[in-house]
Amino acid sequence: MSDNILEVKNLNINFKTFAGTVQAIRDVSFNLKKGETLAIVGESGSGKSVTTRSIMGLLASNAVIEHGEILFKGQDLLKESAKEMDHHRGNDLSMIFQDPMTSLDPTMTIGKQVAEPLRIHGKISKEKALKRAQEVLELVGIPNAKNRMKDFPHQFSGGQRQRIVIAIAIVNYPEILIADEPTTALDVTVQAQIIDLMRELQEKLETSIIFITHDLGVVAGIADRVAVMYAGKIIEVGTVDEIFYQPKHPYTWGLLSSMPTLDTKGAKLSSIPGTPPDLLDPPKGDAFAPRNPYAMQIDLEAQPPFFKVSDTHYAATWLLHPDAPKVQPPAPIVKRAQEYAHLMQTGAVDTPSEGSQN
Amino acid sequence: MTERKKIIQVQHLKQYFSPGKPNEVRAVDDISFDIYEGETFGLVGESGSGKSTTGRSIIRLYNPTSGKILFEGQDISKIKNHSKDMLHFRRNMQMIFQDPYASLDPRMKVKDIIAEGLDVHGLVKNDQERDQRVKELLKVVGLNPDHVTRYPHEFSGGQRQRIGIARALAVDPKFIIADEPISALDVSIQAQVVNLMKDIQRKNNLTYLFIAHDLSMVKYISDRIAVMHHGQLMELGSADAVYNHPLHPYTKSLLSAVPLPDPEIERRRTRLPYDSSIENNTHDQRQLREIGDGHYVFCSEEEVDGYKEQMQK
Ligand SMILES: Nc1ncnc2c1ncn2[C@@H]1O[C@H](COP(=O)(O)OP(=O)(O)OP(=O)(O)O)[C@@H](O)[C@H]1O
Ligand SMILES: Nc1ncnc2c1ncn2[C@@H]1O[C@H](COP(=O)(O)OP(=O)(O)OP(=O)(O)O)[C@@H](O)[C@H]1O
Ligand SMILES: [Mg+2]
Ligand SMILES: [Mg+2]
Repeated sequence: MSDNILEVKNLNINFKTFAGTVQAIRDVSFNLKKGETLAIVGESGSGKSVTTRSIMGLLASNAVIEHGEILFKGQDLLKESAKEMDHHRGNDLSMIFQDPMTSLDPTMTIGKQVAEPLRIHGKISKEKALKRAQEVLELVGIPNAKNRMKDFPHQFSGGQRQRIVIAIAIVNYPEILIADEPTTALDVTVQAQIIDLMRELQEKLETSIIFITHDLGVVAGIADRVAVMYAGKIIEVGTVDEIFYQPKHPYTWGLLSSMPTLDTKGAKLSSIPGTPPDLLDPPKGDAFAPRNPYAMQIDLEAQPPFFKVSDTHYAATWLLHPDAPKVQPPAPIVKRAQEYAHLMQTGAVDTPSEGSQN
Repeated sequence: MTERKKIIQVQHLKQYFSPGKPNEVRAVDDISFDIYEGETFGLVGESGSGKSTTGRSIIRLYNPTSGKILFEGQDISKIKNHSKDMLHFRRNMQMIFQDPYASLDPRMKVKDIIAEGLDVHGLVKNDQERDQRVKELLKVVGLNPDHVTRYPHEFSGGQRQRIGIARALAVDPKFIIADEPISALDVSIQAQVVNLMKDIQRKNNLTYLFIAHDLSMVKYISDRIAVMHHGQLMELGSADAVYNHPLHPYTKSLLSAVPLPDPEIERRRTRLPYDSSIENNTHDQRQLREIGDGHYVFCSEEEVDGYKEQMQK
């Protein structure tokens, strides 16, 4: 067996709707190593949540898994029974959902909710479970946790609810923790605390983390590797340095260029014009082509395969084809590459993984 | 300076939950500020500091424990239910909620969610006009107009947030409270929505209270910013003053934690911790005091000179 704790292979997921079949996940493959943090970023609606929900076995009832494998320690989760999946969830696999309000039970006190996974999966007494729940609530930074154990979810702020959800997810020390936008509702200080907490968890227990977020600043701080999704596909994957300093896909370029910095002012933010394709009827060629200023004829005709940039870096864009013309990426991307080259020359960073590692 | 029109005045607002009980929360604890017509007022601060509660009090979801809120000069607690003033208030003040899931009725189709306000305020004459307007609004927020008959659960997180924005814009309000309107969106769409909110603001002379924790985005969109901590305002000033010349140690701490999309910077980042004990070691009352032109800091009388000196540098 490899050091991959999770291998997702050629996953295809559709949703049946009145309007037709939504092809939400279109041939997604990726790996997760033990103890690493993989960040998934990408356009809203690109399939980040659906991909990770499928790992948990928690897809909506109108979902159909057309094809694919999800191997957890070599075992295909898609073949497990409902009962076996119940056991995986809360023991080996745990997920922090994007919507804290719907993943909390509004009628149950938060103390009970955090203690529940312990009661179900470990056979420990009610008192011990509640005590541990309080500890974890303190750990995630709920003020006055002791006296607020008996309060209900609606009595907490948006960020506090999110922290309660995190407490539930980690109370049982899972092997894989999937965090779907766990910090978007949090301010930067608490966000930093939660990220530190996850890192700590990872160091102590070698937890593997899949982290979904829109915040590229958070990604830069937490990820070992990054996968970029667009229209139901992973379009680029690489180490955090490869994606931030040497991105190859025009969508990744657009994404990195639309971040405001603390000194952007007045001028319009640069954004990627247009809207993503309708997944009821995905285009024949590269789904990003209509919004891609670098699109070529072939982008409209055929989907690009993954081109290898390094052992750890792959991108699905025809621009990497040997016959493609050389293009100049947008200015902010060129600047990133230059800054990185400079850092490397001055020895401020480790040598990149190009060909050398793994 | 010409007198600018104040659209919102918050005066010594306190909002306590379970007062007097062991689980008492002083969510908002004596804050005062004004919002001028046409500006974007940013409210930042850590989770649980009372930002949403402030917004919810302004839109009259709570009765204040004490203090007053004026909208266009009128005390909102005095507006009678079912009166003409109430209809005016409801139409002209809209809120985009932090939690796009909880705020959309799962049993309603998207077009009915968005058109609800249009119906209540009689803003469209017939079904055709209603559909037309809904489709326009969907386009404005970057959603596919053909999806009008879908239900909220058929959209991704970011798509749902945009439905909430379309709903708020539908009735052409004067003042919008945007509670973390973009944190659920991916960055390219964040940029679109923020550009959009700015465009609409210019066209309609809209005023925003923009609540967020993404400090780079708040700075980008806001004219003035207030920093909230434990139910109180720590610092208030122009966006430039608060970001480039922060005075209060809490603001400095907050700014030192803003993550940047650069792995090297993140590896070397050190955050400034905030030591709240400085709030205890003075005798006279701590309150917002003006240090520079329109730049206020929460401090005691004796600390004013120190802050003034700091600002000179
Ligand atoms: N139950 C469902 N029925 C129909 N379509 C669905 C359903 N759930 C998700 N989808 C569609 O599948 C696609 C992927 O959705 P997903 O929630 O994975 O997006 P996401 O990448 O997590 O986006 P966000 O960043 O906005 O959360 C979207 O186009 C969405 O509209
Ligand atoms: N209905 C309620 N009952 C009891 N306590 C409440 C209630 N609503 C909010 N609180 C408490 O009031 C405080 C302020 O909450 P608020 O929602 O205003 O915070 P916030 O600044 O918006 O935080 P976030 O960034 O996490 O959304 C928190 O401690 C919260 O637990
Ligand atoms: Mg999602
Ligand atoms: Mg809030």
